[in-house]
Amino acid sequence: MSNDRIAGVGHPLVLLTASRFREFMRQPEAVFWVFIFPLLMAVGLGLAFRNRPAEQVRIAIRAGVGAEDLATRLAGTPGLVVTVLDSAEAAQRLRRGSIALLVIPGDTLTLQYDSTRGNAQFARLVTADAIQRAHGRTDVRAIADLKVAERGHRYIDFLIPGLLAMNLMGTSMWGTGFAVVQMRVRKLLKRLLASPMKRSHFLASFGFARLASVALEVVVLVGFGLVAFQVPFRGSVAALAAIALLGAYAFAGLGLLVASRAQTVEGVSGLMNAFMLPMWLLSGVFFSNAGFPEVMQPFIQALPLTALADALRAVMIDGASLVSQAGELGIIAAWGVVAYGVALKLFRWL
Amino acid sequence: MPAIAARGLVKRYKDVVAVAGLDLTIEAGECFGLLGPNGAGKTTTVEMLEGLIRPDAGDIEILGMRWAKDGRAIRERLGVALQETRLTERLTVEETLQLFRSFHAAGHDVDHVIEQVQLGEKRRAWVEKLSGGQRQRLAVACALVSDPDILFLDEPTTGLDPQSRRQLWDVVEAFKARGRSVVLTTHYMDEAEKLCDRVAVVDHGKVIALGAPADLIASLGAQHVIAFALAGDGAGATPAGALAAPLAALAGVSEARWDGAAGGRWLLTAREVHRAVPALLALLAERGLELASLRTQHATLEDLFLHLTGRHLRDE
Repeated sequence: MSNDRIAGVGHPLVLLTASRFREFMRQPEAVFWVFIFPLLMAVGLGLAFRNRPAEQVRIAIRAGVGAEDLATRLAGTPGLVVTVLDSAEAAQRLRRGSIALLVIPGDTLTLQYDSTRGNAQFARLVTADAIQRAHGRTDVRAIADLKVAERGHRYIDFLIPGLLAMNLMGTSMWGTGFAVVQMRVRKLLKRLLASPMKRSHFLASFGFARLASVALEVVVLVGFGLVAFQVPFRGSVAALAAIALLGAYAFAGLGLLVASRAQTVEGVSGLMNAFMLPMWLLSGVFFSNAGFPEVMQPFIQALPLTALADALRAVMIDGASLVSQAGELGIIAAWGVVAYGVALKLFRWL
Repeated sequence: MPAIAARGLVKRYKDVVAVAGLDLTIEAGECFGLLGPNGAGKTTTVEMLEGLIRPDAGDIEILGMRWAKDGRAIRERLGVALQETRLTERLTVEETLQLFRSFHAAGHDVDHVIEQVQLGEKRRAWVEKLSGGQRQRLAVACALVSDPDILFLDEPTTGLDPQSRRQLWDVVEAFKARGRSVVLTTHYMDEAEKLCDRVAVVDHGKVIALGAPADLIASLGAQHVIAFALAGDGAGATPAGALAAPLAALAGVSEARWDGAAGGRWLLTAREVHRAVPALLALLAERGLELASLRTQHATLEDLFLHLTGRHLRDE
């Protein structure tokens, strides 16, 4: 027994952080969602969007005068599968989408298709071109194809950094927000308030605890991309680590902010989803966000997930330097600073 | 200097007045009990003293300091076990105590406190594996680890088995024996009688009686309680019947009270049981009434509360 600060009594920030981290690692289900789930997602999406040979376009020619002749002429056109069908069956198949387009023979060849179906326009181009060539049209200019299948340009190369960003957001926000509300419900926050613990130590510990598991998350997901899909890693490890840590710390702050007043686990879950859902859609995790209207772009670019995904992608795939990502890093840091500041003000202990 | 001096404490929640002008002075080295039924305002009072709730009115001084100015310094010297804190499930006993120890500039070695609350065998067990009594002892250990001057225990033994209660009482008595102050809330009269030097009986947010348990019981004007129930339908036994006045007038009886709980019985407070019982039997024989049960016991704080409020401490 001793009344002095004795050997073996750690710093409260260290012990708070260690508690957070232990609590997390001792929950197998949490470990699953943080480490395993993103891998399953990468595998699923990677397979769904892997580079495939050019798509075959299935078309039909309605039986009638000249139908067989046209079928013979078109046979052997690369990428085109042609069948001759009677009127009723052709109409049915067109409705069901098992053929993309129907050619109705006559003096003028009529191409019937549903322009709202994704592949119909493509089928029309391919078919029209094949018909003209089959009837003797020649090319005016020579064209050569150079297909992109290079590492760094594929969908999976786009996807892995995006998934990493999304995972950092999800685990950081859930990891802090959920834990805080649970502590509030269990009156543990109240007990901590009754001790001379510094509030800033408590809040900071959530960010620091994230840092430890972030290292693992990054290694697992980036390593998996490299091994399973040969996703390149062109930038520096230090730059990637710096961005991931900053992102995780900022999102942990946002998690605290979202949880600062919630009184139930259900309540915080709703808020959390309301905050994250727009970012899943807008931040270019799964697909480029360039397609959203111009007026939305300043807003989209200011989202923390957009900044994080863009910065990770630039460093991993383009080999960009940390300095070149200063804008993105600034956005992430600003979100983090504001989130911690406001959370500290709003935070309810009882 | 008293350990705690509180004057005129008031706390309202919307329309409900939880604490309605409460004064307390708790001396250093004393174990002070707040005794009262659920909803009496005990927890609100204690949480105001602990600096967790701000009173709407009144003044609190802890060890000569005030919350507004010296909050952190006060917290350094308090040990608090709240009602129903659920500590982190997947930390061990040892890790939990190390964490709470780290918040204080000075305090006990974690091993020392683990030994004090007899959790040595469980030191590496997760909190979720502990029994109710073990969890409660851990909560008290978290309060003790700072070697506090004042220990707050809010209903520390509610829901515990008798053995766990006694283990906790031992811990509190050992703490008290070192000259430290304890503030304890409870609705168990035996706990208050065993541990407390003084108790404040609290009802509807006010102190309705204050003193040493033995003195309070003596203030009833009787040391004994005779409880009896009548056989059959107990005709004439209810307060509406004609029995109340003659019972109160019996030799050696200072008060007769009808207790509607548990099927209905009469409670007589008596200074001299040896005179009261024969007189009671004679009265019943005269009226042709037959006893179903008769018991005498020492008066308790429960009887005091019943005497003051007409209600039981625990509404069952």
